[in-house]
Amino acid sequence: MMFNQESRRLLLQGNEAIAHGALAAGCRFFAGYPITPATEIAELMAAELPKVDGTFIQMEDEIASMAAIIGASLTGVKSMTATSGPGFSLMQENLGYACIAEVPCVVVNVMRGGPSTGLPTCPSQGDVQMARWGTHGDHPVIVLATSSVSDSFSITVKAFNLSEQYRVPVILLSDEVVAHTRECVQLPEQKTIRVVDRIRPSVPPDWYKPYEGDTRGVPHMAAFGDGYRHHVTGLVHDEYGFPTQRPSEVLQFQQRLTKKITRGFADIMITRGFMLEDAEVAVIAYGSVARSALKAVEDARKQGVKAGLLQLITLFPFPRSQVTPVLEQCRAVLVPEMNMGQISREVQRVNQNRCVVAKHNRIDGQFITPNEIHGHLIKL
Amino acid sequence: MSVSAQAIRHEYLRHNKKFPHVWCPGCGNGIVMAALLRAVYRMELSKDEVVLASGIGCSGRMPTYLDFNTLHTTHGRALTYATGVKLANPALNVVAIMGDGDATAIGGNHFIHAARRNLNLTAIIINNSIYGMTGGQYSPTTPFGSTSTTSLYGHIEHAFSIAELAVTAGASFVARATVFHGELLDRLIEQAMEKRGFAVVEVISNCHVQYGRRNKLGNAVEMLQSFKENSVTVTRAAKLSAEELEGKTTVGVLTDREMPISTEEYQKVRQRASTTKGKV
Amino acid sequence: MKTLKPIIDRYELRFSGSGGQGLITAAVVFADAAGTYDGRYVCQTQSYGPEARGGKSKAEVVLSNSPIDYPKSLNLDLLLAMNQAACDAYFFDLNADGLLLVDSTLVDQYPTSRIIAIPFTEIAKEELGREVVANMVALGAVGRLCERVDLNNLEKALLSRVPKGTESLNSKALQRGIEEAEKINLAELPRSIINEEEEV
Repeated sequence: MMFNQESRRLLLQGNEAIAHGALAAGCRFFAGYPITPATEIAELMAAELPKVDGTFIQMEDEIASMAAIIGASLTGVKSMTATSGPGFSLMQENLGYACIAEVPCVVVNVMRGGPSTGLPTCPSQGDVQMARWGTHGDHPVIVLATSSVSDSFSITVKAFNLSEQYRVPVILLSDEVVAHTRECVQLPEQKTIRVVDRIRPSVPPDWYKPYEGDTRGVPHMAAFGDGYRHHVTGLVHDEYGFPTQRPSEVLQFQQRLTKKITRGFADIMITRGFMLEDAEVAVIAYGSVARSALKAVEDARKQGVKAGLLQLITLFPFPRSQVTPVLEQCRAVLVPEMNMGQISREVQRVNQNRCVVAKHNRIDGQFITPNEIHGHLIKL
Repeated sequence: MSVSAQAIRHEYLRHNKKFPHVWCPGCGNGIVMAALLRAVYRMELSKDEVVLASGIGCSGRMPTYLDFNTLHTTHGRALTYATGVKLANPALNVVAIMGDGDATAIGGNHFIHAARRNLNLTAIIINNSIYGMTGGQYSPTTPFGSTSTTSLYGHIEHAFSIAELAVTAGASFVARATVFHGELLDRLIEQAMEKRGFAVVEVISNCHVQYGRRNKLGNAVEMLQSFKENSVTVTRAAKLSAEELEGKTTVGVLTDREMPISTEEYQKVRQRASTTKGKV
Repeated sequence: MKTLKPIIDRYELRFSGSGGQGLITAAVVFADAAGTYDGRYVCQTQSYGPEARGGKSKAEVVLSNSPIDYPKSLNLDLLLAMNQAACDAYFFDLNADGLLLVDSTLVDQYPTSRIIAIPFTEIAKEELGREVVANMVALGAVGRLCERVDLNNLEKALLSRVPKGTESLNSKALQRGIEEAEKINLAELPRSIINEEEEV
């Protein structure tokens, strides 16, 4: 059955918009395990996927969910799972597998207060560094953050596109505020949405090297069952997909994994600037907090403070090229986060003493208000 | 059958790529692998439609050597990856090959849920009672009292009986053989792959290097000999008392039942969903 | 239909009470009417405890004519309190000019004289025969009193979201709330802020 989304205006929760975005991006397989505050994504996928010839399955845990979406993706089907902190911890093992075996998939983490069971119904941004470094070993990964319901739709589409384009798992971070806020969104007509699919091999099966990068460093991906029999493994492998420990082959492999992402920086790094042209102080924020920050910046402008906002959509690879000019231009930047400072450390790393980097951290399970940011901002 | 065993092996092995293999001389894994190949041959399956998934351990290396769509996954997770593959493309013939530690320790939960879920999958579990690749630590099937590198003073836990676990968890088809029973094993693997539903074959195998040596069970030949002596068929076992069955391994088909298969049931879900006028 | 009042920057409402009173549903219907049907920018949020029934429950709607940055309330323009605990806890979040609307069946201590008290639960129970639609009686009153949502659209949004077979009951409940609110003369409510022209 063709998926033919019409343009329509709907009142949706952030979680529901993620599910709609996934369907629009061509996602046809979802495996998951119930967890607050991400469950609505699974519920909507369970209702909608069977209508479009897709498949939903509730697995026995998040380890299994992550594995199942990788298995499905290997047959050529775009796949997704969604969870929150505790489940995201369990997914790290197979997330690493998706990185090394270069299996496109999207993992949504609706962040809640941690550590451990933490604060299940409270917002947090505590999983940011885990999204980047959670699975063991150096590995490529793309991490995006959504801040609104309409973003939850469009950034989910983007997440699938990047995942297919670079053969890398893409982690989409939402948080409890975005997940459960309802806003009206105009869902675009399907034909107006840019959907990217993985490149399949064009050579005859005998010539196919499943892990030979193309000019971008990304191997072309055959689906199980379409005649290009090949081996997929979590061991470091050569261009043919077979395990190797030969230093030259290992090095070549590791470098390609990293370089395929660095070559795509311009594509991958997405930010939004607000009132930055003449800003002397700026807020760098992401996720739901970026909304509080925008209000705070607007309030500061009304008082004559030349304030601006850089909203990060892409958190990793860290958008250095967009952050650096702000650090060069402003006398101070403020990084408000619902964690102990997981992105501010990235900002400081890039800053290299160009300007003052101030942190504003909230870890009591409460959403950061515009007043707090405003109060801090005008003192900088 | 006029085709020689060697010709079958040459048809299915990736012989020009990643040999020699990692298994020790005399290892039972090769016997299981050859039985699997003969089953695929007799079933006249195209290599393109077979997916072989494995976990971690000595058994986990098997897919590397075979010219199918092969998937060497993480430890214990072969069935979860296989579940994704099968659900997303039910036309594929999916076999998961696992070890005892792989399937029943780290992957134990996945194993019982796969049995309960009843996808049309085949699970082959090579049970050699030990973690071989990591050097001989006790597994969930290491017998009480035996010695391993982590039970130097005698093992104090009790072993799982994998096949019986699969029966209880709801698998459609469950069978057991040992690597001594080559012909029976051939037949059981073929039956399992033909079976519509979740089918389990437990294969009792020898790790004379890590398990046999520490427990004075002899070399590979002597271990196979003891498999022969200690096995009774399901039909014969039915006539024996509990005392007579003490220390014996039952081989043959333990259960074979018809149950709804979840890939087919999901097709019905798709139809029901499409005819339901649900709000989005 | 009388014309709606303008929204300057943002207009904020909170529906509060206990879990199970249907306050989130009421807020969602309100947001749907204002957003999907009236075409305004809306943000609807909620917070609740882990219990499915009982416990504190609140749901908010922010309305604006431009994109909404901060999605939660900053300074409430209208507070609906469906029990005493919610009234006590949230009264101080209301701006001085804001409207406090309480269910007089369940709230008996009023924190201010600037209050609109309507027995939503009693109306639902006694007149409509179903206590469960008290939220929709309240929604009707909120819709009428805030003057920021088209009441026809409010009914449309309501009917698109209620279970089949309950349309007429819910619609009746909404209308009863609107009728009750019609009786209120907002100009007669005590004010804590005195207009400039009235200053002496």
